[in-house]
Amino acid sequence: MWGRFVGHRLLQLIPVLIGVSFIVFLTMHLTPGDPIEHMLGQAGRITQAQIDELRSHYGLDRPLLVQYGLFLGNAAVGDFGPSYSHQGRSVSQVVAERFPATLELTLFAFALGIMLAIPAGVVASLRPHGRFDRTATVTALLGISMPGFWLGIMLMIVFGLRLQWLPISGRIDLALVPQYVTGLHTVDSLLAGDGAAFWSALKHLALPGLAMAAPMAAMVMRMVRSSMIGVLGQDYVQFARAKGLPERDVIGKHALRNALIPTVNIVALQTGLLLSGNMIIETVFQYPGLGKLAVDAIAAADYPLVQAVVLIYAVSYVLLNLAADVLHAALDPRVRLA
Amino acid sequence: MMRQPLLEVQHLRTRFETYRGTLRAVDGVSLTVSRGETVALVGESGCGKSVAALSIMRLIRPPGRIAGGRVILDGRDLLEASEVEMRGIRGGRIAMVFQDPLSTLNPTFTVESQVTETLRVHRVAAGAQARDRAIELLDAMGIPAPRERLRSYPHELSGGMRQRVMIAIAVSCQPEVLIADEPTTALDVTLQAQIMDLLATIKEERGLATVLITHDLGIVAQFAEKAAVMYAGQIVEECPVSRLMEEPLHPYTSGLLRCVPRLGRPDVPITPIEGTVPDLVSLPAGCRFAPRCPKVMARCRQAMPPPYEVDAQRLVRCFLYAGADTASAAEEED
Repeated sequence: MWGRFVGHRLLQLIPVLIGVSFIVFLTMHLTPGDPIEHMLGQAGRITQAQIDELRSHYGLDRPLLVQYGLFLGNAAVGDFGPSYSHQGRSVSQVVAERFPATLELTLFAFALGIMLAIPAGVVASLRPHGRFDRTATVTALLGISMPGFWLGIMLMIVFGLRLQWLPISGRIDLALVPQYVTGLHTVDSLLAGDGAAFWSALKHLALPGLAMAAPMAAMVMRMVRSSMIGVLGQDYVQFARAKGLPERDVIGKHALRNALIPTVNIVALQTGLLLSGNMIIETVFQYPGLGKLAVDAIAAADYPLVQAVVLIYAVSYVLLNLAADVLHAALDPRVRLA
Repeated sequence: MMRQPLLEVQHLRTRFETYRGTLRAVDGVSLTVSRGETVALVGESGCGKSVAALSIMRLIRPPGRIAGGRVILDGRDLLEASEVEMRGIRGGRIAMVFQDPLSTLNPTFTVESQVTETLRVHRVAAGAQARDRAIELLDAMGIPAPRERLRSYPHELSGGMRQRVMIAIAVSCQPEVLIADEPTTALDVTLQAQIMDLLATIKEERGLATVLITHDLGIVAQFAEKAAVMYAGQIVEECPVSRLMEEPLHPYTSGLLRCVPRLGRPDVPITPIEGTVPDLVSLPAGCRFAPRCPKVMARCRQAMPPPYEVDAQRLVRCFLYAGADTASAAEEED
C-alpha cells in the first residue's frame, strides 16, 4: 500500500518539475546582464568574432526553446554544463562540492527547530496562559518577527564577537577537516572517531543553524500548542484518562499524535521557508554552501549554476511536501488511500 | 433486599470557576450503588449528570474542582486517594463508557492498540496474551471476526461496533463499577436496544454495580432498578424505578414523565416543562425548580427544601412532602 501511495505521488512530481525548470530557465534568460560580457569584462579588448564564438560555444545563439530542451535533457542526467564563473569546472562539480554543506546546515537547523518547538508547544498547551506559555508565546513572536539576516547578525555580535563562545563563519576549523565520506563534517568526524573535529563542526553550525531555525521553530511551536489545546479537550483524551493511563501516555501518545497531524503540513511549509532563508543566512555567515553559491552566481550572471541551484531548491521543496504527505498518512489512518 | 453498597457518593460538590463566577455543576449529590444493581441518574442536558460521573472518577480538570463530599468505593474514600492509586482504580475497578464512540476512540490507533493498552497498564496481560484476551473480549461483545477487527481503525467500524469496542475496553480489566454516560444517545434506536441488552448481560454475568446516566426514561424503566432524578446540580427525587414511573412525587419528575410520548396513546398529550434550566452560576434563592414549578408555594422561593424521606426507599427534595417525612430529613450542610 505504501509503495503505491509514494509511487503515485512521485509521478505527480514530474509535471511540477518540468514547470519549475521552465520558469527557472526563463527567468534567468529574461534577466538583464549578458554572461559573455561578464566573462570577458576584465579581458580588455575583444573582437565581435570572439564574442560570437563564445556565444556559440555555450549554445547561447540557439533559439530559446532549443536551449531549454538541451538544458532539460542534460539536467535529467545531472549535466548542467560548464560554469561561467568557476572557470574550467562543470556546474555539477561545483554544486556537488557545496551541496553537503547546505544539507548539513539545513538538517541541523531542522532538527534544532523541531526539538525546540514540539516540546515547548506541548508544555505550553498543558497550562494555557500560564507562565511558560506566556514566555514561549513572546519568544515565538520574536522568532517570527525578526528577519533572519538581522537575527544572524545579532547572534554573531553577541555570541561570536562579545562572548566569543562560537565561531561566526565557515564550517569547521580548517586544520580539523575530516576524511571525506558523506561530506557532512559532523558525520564524517564521528565516523573517523575525531571528537575535536565533531565539536568544531557543531560549533560552526550553532549560530547559522539557530538563525535559520528561529522562524520555523516559532511557527511550529505555536501550531503544536494550539492543536494540542484542541486535542486535549477531545473525548478520546478523557477516555484515555478514564482507562487509567498515566498522564505521560495520555499526553505523549494519545494527544500528541493527533496534534501532530495538522502540524506536519506547517512543518513542511516552514521547512520550505527554511530553504529560502538559507541563501541569506549562508551569505551572512560566509558559510560555504549552496545558498552562498547561488547568491555569488547571480552576481556573476552564471546562468547554468543559478539554474542548477534553484532547481535543487525546487526539487527539495517538492520532495519535502511529498515527505509531509507520507508522514501525514502515517500519522492519520483516515487519509490513507483505500 | 439489603445489599451492601459498593459505591457510595456523599454530598458531592463540584464547581467550575468561570469568568462570570462559580458554577455549581454538582451541588450535594448523594448516591449509593450495590453490586449487581443499576442506578440511573436521570436529567436534562446540563443538569450535572456527566460532571457527577467524572467527579466519581476524579477526572475533573481545572477550572473545575471537587469542592467537597466523599466518594467511597468499598470503604475507601477516593477523594483522599493519591493520583497513582486513582490510576489503578480508573479502568481497573471503576470503568466508564462514554456517549459518542467515534470521538471517544482515538482515531489514530488501531482497535488492538486501544484494547491491549488498558490490559497492559493494569497489568492484566501483555504481548501475545493481551492480544488473545482482546480477541476474546471483542468476541464476547458480539463483534464478528474479532481477529480481523483488531487491525481496524475506529473510522472503519460502524457506530454499533465502535460502541462495542468501547464497552470491551471498559470491561477488559474486570471492573466492579461501570459508569455508562449516555451509552446509547449517539446510536439509532435498533442499535440502542442491542447495546443496552449487551450492557445488561455484562452486568448480570459480572455482578457489576452500574451507574447509568441518561435522559431517556424509556431506558431507565427497562434497565435500572433505582433512579435518581437530577435537576440543576441536585438530586430532587430518588426511589425504585417502578415506583417513580407509577407515581412520581417531585413536580419536576412528573413534568419529565409528561414529556415522554406514549406509544399507541395519542390521547395522552405531551406537555413540555415551561421555562428553562436555571443558570448554574446565579441560582435562584430557594428551590431551584421553583421558577418552573406548577405547584410552587411562597416558601419555595425563600428556602431550599431538604431531601425528605417519604418512606424507606424514597427521597424527595420538595416542600410538598415536608409533612410526609418519616425520619428527620438529613439536612444538607453548605
